[in-house]
Amino acid sequence: MAQVLEIRGLHARAGEKEILTGLDLEVGPGEVHAIMGPNGSGKSTLAGVLAGRPGIEVTAGEVRFEGADLLGLSPEVRAREGVFLAFQYPVEIPGVNNNYFLKASLNAVRSHRGQDELDAMDFLALCREKMARVEMPKELLSRPINDGFSGGEKKRNEILQMLLLEPKLSILDETDSGLDIDALRLVSEGVNALRSPERSMLVITHYQRLLDYVVPDFVHVLAEGRIVRSGGKELALELEETGYRSLESQTAATNP
Amino acid sequence: MRATENAHAAYLEAQAEFAVAHEGEPSFLSALRAAGMASFADQGFPSRRREEWRDTNLSKITREPFVRVDGGLTAQVRLDGALGGLGGNDVAFVDGGYREDLSRTAVVPGLSVESLAMARNLEPEWLDGRLGAQVDVKVHPFAALNTAFLDDGAICKLDPGAQVSDPIRFRFAASAEVDRGISHPRVLIEAEAGSRACIVLDFTTLGSAVHLTNCVIEVRVGENAHLQLVTLQRESDAAMHFCTAGVEVARDAHFASHVVTLGGDMVRMDLEVLLAESGADCTMNGLFVASANQHIDHHTRIDHAVPRGTSRQLYKGVLDGKAKGVFRGRVLVRPDAQKTDASQSSPNLLLSRGAEVDAKPQLEIYADDVKCSHGSTIGQLEEDALFYLRTRGLDEDTARDLLTRGFAAEIIDSLPVSELRGPLERQLLARLGEGREGRSGS
Repeated sequence: MAQVLEIRGLHARAGEKEILTGLDLEVGPGEVHAIMGPNGSGKSTLAGVLAGRPGIEVTAGEVRFEGADLLGLSPEVRAREGVFLAFQYPVEIPGVNNNYFLKASLNAVRSHRGQDELDAMDFLALCREKMARVEMPKELLSRPINDGFSGGEKKRNEILQMLLLEPKLSILDETDSGLDIDALRLVSEGVNALRSPERSMLVITHYQRLLDYVVPDFVHVLAEGRIVRSGGKELALELEETGYRSLESQTAATNP
Repeated sequence: MRATENAHAAYLEAQAEFAVAHEGEPSFLSALRAAGMASFADQGFPSRRREEWRDTNLSKITREPFVRVDGGLTAQVRLDGALGGLGGNDVAFVDGGYREDLSRTAVVPGLSVESLAMARNLEPEWLDGRLGAQVDVKVHPFAALNTAFLDDGAICKLDPGAQVSDPIRFRFAASAEVDRGISHPRVLIEAEAGSRACIVLDFTTLGSAVHLTNCVIEVRVGENAHLQLVTLQRESDAAMHFCTAGVEVARDAHFASHVVTLGGDMVRMDLEVLLAESGADCTMNGLFVASANQHIDHHTRIDHAVPRGTSRQLYKGVLDGKAKGVFRGRVLVRPDAQKTDASQSSPNLLLSRGAEVDAKPQLEIYADDVKCSHGSTIGQLEEDALFYLRTRGLDEDTARDLLTRGFAAEIIDSLPVSELRGPLERQLLARLGEGREGRSGS
């Protein structure tokens, strides 16, 4: 059986600057991989490449999702196929009702998967159930998307979308940033609720803190656009103690 | 130039015939018409050398004269039903002429709704001095032309203290069966002291011919009255639409205008509000959506003539294809108008490279103790927002529609008649959808 995600020799740049410099990664079904690394190491660029963000150019390498080429697909088709990116900075969209958006999103994904679209009543029932899981206040559903939401509310809205769309591969881009400990716990519970042998996750984070709650199977360290070390969950703890600085000397040493 | 002169001559001739046919009508009417004709003959169709007309190219109008149509008197027609039914009075005019057979009138205490053709014989004294009071034909050539052919129209009177809960709708349909037909709809609204109502004016086209709707709207809002006026322009792609509206707002009265412009090939609306007495308050909201080669032009003028007036203006433009939009908002604060509070904003959204918008706020402030703000922006859909929606499975067109709708929502959601919101939003998106087909085809 093919891996959920296979990245080989990935080079990518944003504008003139080469950010990913030969990244390899494999994620199997049901696995949770953490990607850690200092600022500027390419973590968010990796998330952007996987979701199809405009402005990032892949110059070499390949990315396969469930055995098929991912990079040729539009962002919406990736989403419908089961790739989900939880944004580091969820976008505020005034004038567009959250409820309407979530329903349109879920139905776009459902119809792609050959499932019936949900009507307003069924959608609302499902949505309320998922909202309860992340303790999201009901009134956020009738507000414009993320408009005036607090940092924690925005992240909960992201996890709500993830719970609704039930992706096969979830990419969490610094979901822990800007969260207090209670919000972090709630968001993590939401993420953990989705863990299953069919669902894989890529948890991108600067700090080890999130990994206390969402415990990864593997930890990778990204530096200067490539993975320089991989290990089990204990690697995260080690990094917490030694910091990324100790890695930089290693990178320098391993660079040809 | 010659074509323009010929165009004028044709209207002069037509008006002479019109005047003969209307001999014997009350003398104030003949005098108004004559004054209108004189003003039009004097000004002619304005050239772009006139400052207020610099952005409006009238060659489509002046190329050949339009011929007055009043075929609407008897023709069997079906009015556009896209907006559905509203409660209360629903009064129809075809080519500016009242159509009893298409209207529904309801008896509401304190409200009278009638046609000018009837009212001019029944109460000439009431009309004399009110008709023509709010729009100056000497500076508005299209209003002058309308007045020269003044015939029928909608009269709406609210007695002192009248509270009308159902919206009052006036529909103005252009028959558009004859090529280059012109009609001159007229609206006169008098809301007396302490009255409250919401009036909807809905302009549509029935046929497919090129036509010109040349409308004049006059409104007086009496002391402490509340009046909401919704003006919907949903005419065809072959329509030329010109509208001149003048509003006077009395002491402590509230006037809110909501203009939604979706239709027309060549459109211009001039809306002038005079805050005539202290404490008068005015809101002017506008939304125009243009695609293909439409030209949509909105000019507003708010005259703060006395102290303690407030005005809020928000005009939003959405432009696609090769459409051109113009917004010119003049705010005049006279020397006496201390404690004026005026704001004006015109955000615009361009959906294509070929679209263009010209937004010019214009503040003239002659008082010193005032609060005035203005701003206009021109932007595109935000790439970040588009990407965000697409990562949730929405295709690009749907995402664009959703964001465009979000941009327009501020105006649509503030419409005082909630039943209109859904249907108008659908018409707006359908119009943009057509624009998109045009774009991908080219």
